[in-house]
Amino acid sequence: MPTELLIFYALGAGAVLSTAAMLLPTTGRNPIHAALLLIVSFFFLAGLYALLSAHLLAILQIIVYAGAIMVLFTFVIMLLNLSPDEIREPKISYAKMVGSGVALFVFGKLLNGIGAASSAAKAVDLTQQEGFGTVKDVGHMLYSTFMVPFELVSVLLLVAAVGAVVLAKKNLAYVDRPVPSPAEEFKTEGHAGHGDAAESDGAHH
Amino acid sequence: MTAIPLGHILTLAALLFSLGLVGVLTRRNVLIMLMSVEVMLNAVNLTLVGFSRYNAWTEGHVLAFFIIAVAAAEAAVGLALVLSVFRLKQTTYIDDLRLLKR
Repeated sequence: MPTELLIFYALGAGAVLSTAAMLLPTTGRNPIHAALLLIVSFFFLAGLYALLSAHLLAILQIIVYAGAIMVLFTFVIMLLNLSPDEIREPKISYAKMVGSGVALFVFGKLLNGIGAASSAAKAVDLTQQEGFGTVKDVGHMLYSTFMVPFELVSVLLLVAAVGAVVLAKKNLAYVDRPVPSPAEEFKTEGHAGHGDAAESDGAHH
Repeated sequence: MTAIPLGHILTLAALLFSLGLVGVLTRRNVLIMLMSVEVMLNAVNLTLVGFSRYNAWTEGHVLAFFIIAVAAAEAAVGLALVLSVFRLKQTTYIDDLRLLKR
């Protein structure tokens, strides 16, 4: 067996196992464990990209996915400060079994399509194309053929950043009463009946 | 020439995509559902990279780059929503979120 194929199998098995561990209710029950397992899975995927000579994407996978997006996830999980009783025991329900069945059906359909499409595929010899997948190659295409979509993506990121700031603001303009922070709530817990906020909080405790 | 058959790459991507789908459909924690969506986007990226390798097209890499940018935007907005919902309801489980008002 060629070394390339062996590395592919090792990286693929790592990616699948860490993703499966993230999704299992036993190992991935705590969101912070799930996030860390997902970071491991993204590193395996970066290795796969490098193996498929997508050099820029492999680096972007680590910088943007593992570095930026997952750090955002872990920050939010820590900011939420979930108490241990907020993390619930997994329970098997009818809806979950149906969901797994649907996913299995989709997987079967995908495999069906793959079998038909990839049997006759033969890879192009990359020795003719020097620098395939490098920063120069991808960057050149990004700034020539895909100029307009590239600029649109930058607008999208700006809108998302502004939207995230507006959504995560403490007091949204449309909320008529200020939402009590957990500290204030603790102070006023003895007082009965301060409106709807107390009722909805009380239902939770 | 590469020693990795295209079918193996696509099968791996399909497996990862299905795993992400299982996560979205069966887990009830919003944070883990968002992470599962990221897994699905990554599986699509793997497909694009595999086809790019086979046809020596850089277009696939550019498209995967755009998907990474969209995933970043989605994660930022999604997590901001999770934060503001958590302030309102003190929960991250979607079973508790049946009403849009307080």
